Amino acid sequence: MTSTISRLSALLHAGVISSTELTRLYIAEIEKRNDTLNAYVHKTYDEAIANAKAADKLLKEGCTSPLCGIPMTLKDNIATDGMETTCCSKILRGYRPIYDATVWTKLKAQGAVLLGKTNMDEFAMGSTSETSVYGRPKNPRDLGKVTGGSSGGGAAAVCAHIAGYAIGSDTGGSIRQPSSFCGVVGFKPTYGAVSRYGLIAYGSSLDQVGPLTTSVSDAAIVYDAIKGIDPMDMTSTDIPMEPTNLDSSPKGLRIGLAKEFFEGLSSEMTAVIRGAAEKYREAGAEIIELSVPSLKAALPVYYIIACAEASSNLGRYDGIRYGFRAANYSSVDDMVIKTRTEGFGREVQKRIMLGTYVLSSGYMDAYYKKACLLRERIRAEMNGVFEKCDVLFAPTVPCTAFDEGYSGGNAIETYLSDVCTVPVNIAGLPGISIPAGKIDGMPAGLQIIGNRFQDAKVLQTAYIAEREGFFDVEDVEGGVRL
Amino acid sequence: MKYELVVGLETHVELATKTKIFCGCTTAFGGAPNTHCCPICTGQPGTLPVLNKRVIEYGIRAGLATHCSINTVTHLDRKNYCYPDLPKAYQISQFDKPLCYNGYVELESGKRIRIKRIHVEEDAGKLVHERGYTFVDYNRGGVPLIEIVAEPDVSSPEEAREYVERLQQIMRYVGVSDCRMQEGSMRCDINISVREAGTSAFTTRTEIKNMNSVNFMEKAIAYEFERQKEVYSSGGKIEQATLRYDEHTGETYPMRTKEDAQDYRYFPEPDILTVNIPESYIESIRASLPELPLEKLRRYTSELGISDANARLIVKYKAVADYFEKAVSLGASPRRAANMIVGNIYASIATEEEKEKFRIAVSPEEFAKLIRLTDEGKINTTQAQITLGKLLESGGTVEDYISKEELSGMGDEDLRKICEEAIAASPQAVADFKKGKDKAIFAMFGYVKRATGGKADIKKAEAIIRSLLQQS
Repeated sequence: MTSTISRLSALLHAGVISSTELTRLYIAEIEKRNDTLNAYVHKTYDEAIANAKAADKLLKEGCTSPLCGIPMTLKDNIATDGMETTCCSKILRGYRPIYDATVWTKLKAQGAVLLGKTNMDEFAMGSTSETSVYGRPKNPRDLGKVTGGSSGGGAAAVCAHIAGYAIGSDTGGSIRQPSSFCGVVGFKPTYGAVSRYGLIAYGSSLDQVGPLTTSVSDAAIVYDAIKGIDPMDMTSTDIPMEPTNLDSSPKGLRIGLAKEFFEGLSSEMTAVIRGAAEKYREAGAEIIELSVPSLKAALPVYYIIACAEASSNLGRYDGIRYGFRAANYSSVDDMVIKTRTEGFGREVQKRIMLGTYVLSSGYMDAYYKKACLLRERIRAEMNGVFEKCDVLFAPTVPCTAFDEGYSGGNAIETYLSDVCTVPVNIAGLPGISIPAGKIDGMPAGLQIIGNRFQDAKVLQTAYIAEREGFFDVEDVEGGVRL
Repeated sequence: MKYELVVGLETHVELATKTKIFCGCTTAFGGAPNTHCCPICTGQPGTLPVLNKRVIEYGIRAGLATHCSINTVTHLDRKNYCYPDLPKAYQISQFDKPLCYNGYVELESGKRIRIKRIHVEEDAGKLVHERGYTFVDYNRGGVPLIEIVAEPDVSSPEEAREYVERLQQIMRYVGVSDCRMQEGSMRCDINISVREAGTSAFTTRTEIKNMNSVNFMEKAIAYEFERQKEVYSSGGKIEQATLRYDEHTGETYPMRTKEDAQDYRYFPEPDILTVNIPESYIESIRASLPELPLEKLRRYTSELGISDANARLIVKYKAVADYFEKAVSLGASPRRAANMIVGNIYASIATEEEKEKFRIAVSPEEFAKLIRLTDEGKINTTQAQITLGKLLESGGTVEDYISKEELSGMGDEDLRKICEEAIAASPQAVADFKKGKDKAIFAMFGYVKRATGGKADIKKAEAIIRSLLQQS
């Protein structure tokens, strides 16, 4: 059986297996599969065993958390005290933070077991995880295909069942897109719903932490465990959030289909998404065709704002305090220049330069400021949309997983493939990707988008499909199965 | 041709909050290098700033004390530049929506130096050059600052000095900073230009950064004024540049020119939410502001009748002014209290810092008591001074040093009795006096002195004896 969190948790709480035993099973599977998949870039087995023993103690003491004792992973851009956290970049080679990210603090307190840190695009910049300094992770469904990115390692680990669940981050689709490519569930919460403290920043106003899981109900469990206000993150919301109740009826649910998401979309992908909407309609939902004109501006707005913020966020990697430092230099300036030139990969350098450019005096009004204005318009239009419907349905990605190496020669096409995910970040909305079908043997994700802080609505809508068995995207064999 | 000086000042003032602007680290000065810092103020990857509300409160206090308007909706911005003492490679500051704007600082002459804006920001760390290496100390990184930007209204080195000293005094009065220039908690950048007298056009200016002494600032401005005048008189041009003032030679030297000007790429700080400041909050701060130094000075001289010199020396330190006012409220005469503070108490305090703190062993209550006794003539000035000296040294109460008998022996009624006794005890002297031998009265003074142990006010005694003798 697929080892969902709910199932593993039942076994752990019933005492059928201990967390330590379960953790050893996962470690054995990682050792078997990771050389091929390259999902994990830092294995933290000592921490995992220590966490598992602590979890076993918690379980004995009657801990009720469904996550207690479940082995999991964190993306390599989430700070863990004393454990390597490198953003898969040479410039953070060997960097061990001296503090824990809030998301890890919360999970650890609930008995989570950290197996390791997972592969990603360098500094989360990319859609294939191929810009990782550790080499690309492979898609467990087809090793010749990319996992997507940037949370590609986490998606691969969950897909291959060598992690109970993964924590990723999503700036322009980095949780949802690899979930779509690998055929798992990926949930990006509302901006502010989950603390970003300890998430190494890419685009601060867009970044959000969220789970990658094998089921929607698992996504809700992890989301409930990590959400909520954090005094260490001013942008985390103080809106009180109840535990997610997944039960809801499709009857009367208003599903919006924005035509902009379907323009130029392949007939196969159109069929998957419209077919999905049709299943909901048959179950009693209402389909509303609508338009969000400003969506057309979303891609350039995203790349301008994300790169602008990144150019500032990544300024701190100068080789002075931590991480990589160039070997030969003649002065402090020279050291900083050489460290950054040698330490950052091409894609990161490209985005730093782009971001620096759009913020430069003389160009700022034409690019950054205009992008901010358009961002407000997108937000306003999206807000208006949710007066007409409860959720939007869209493809997660217009296509299925690329062949390996594709994006190297097709940079623009790769950027364009973010078209359906970036509006969600720009407007700070919650969005989930669930496997809704297959095209040429590879999974295709349905993206369900809700209004701000309507995270529960998004999860409920996705859960209807899971409960009713709307889509049949088969599991990948192997991994831990209990 | 006649030239005039135009000076604009930008003053950085470290706020006296207990913790830093974005984390819980202490703001205490000093400390072993890199011991007052944490993942946040060293910009460790993944950390986020959380705005210290006190910084906004102190910023508003500073703004209101300089007659500024307050932006009720404000935000912070990132100022991007790369330097080893700036661990995030950006300074969180304010760009287009400063916390305060449009204020002024009034000089004694009544002239107003307009304040363009006051914004809050974080301080950077410090580079330490030692043993051929450069080290970075991040203790100061993240200490909250306000930058007070004045319009170029200052037109002499003396005015610049007065402006800075007034600002210093105001900030100390409202409790937002200790403004210690030598410790770097107050620093000035000065922009200097020279133009033909009577014209209003702006000419090319030079900038001297990080002046941390009022004396050197005054000298630097005077030097730069002369230098620029000379350049213009000889037909030359001033080049826009950042200068360094050499305290030893007393001259300025170019550090960098306009070509090196940086593009800071300001943009709104996404990690910090918009700051909304309710009007009621601003008003509650306004209501809590103390009387400002210049108003106080004017009140002391005009209403309390204190000499200008004494008033200045008391107003200079808020703690002293508070002490003085407390004593006066307890019945001490303002003039005598002022005299004794400036003449006696100050003499016992060695440093400026101690005067600022004014932690002395004499409570204002005891001080007031002492002054009152003197005012009432129960003790004379010499006695008061001696007693004050003892109180300053060992604390305690006035009664510890002056006995009840001594005190009671010195009331006007008591003195009168003693004088009557003196007359009764000196029949010969009375007879001589009545015969016109004025000096005979001295014999009776001798009696009074002996009877009071030398504590009596002899002038008073003389008046009493004369009037008694005339009556009889």
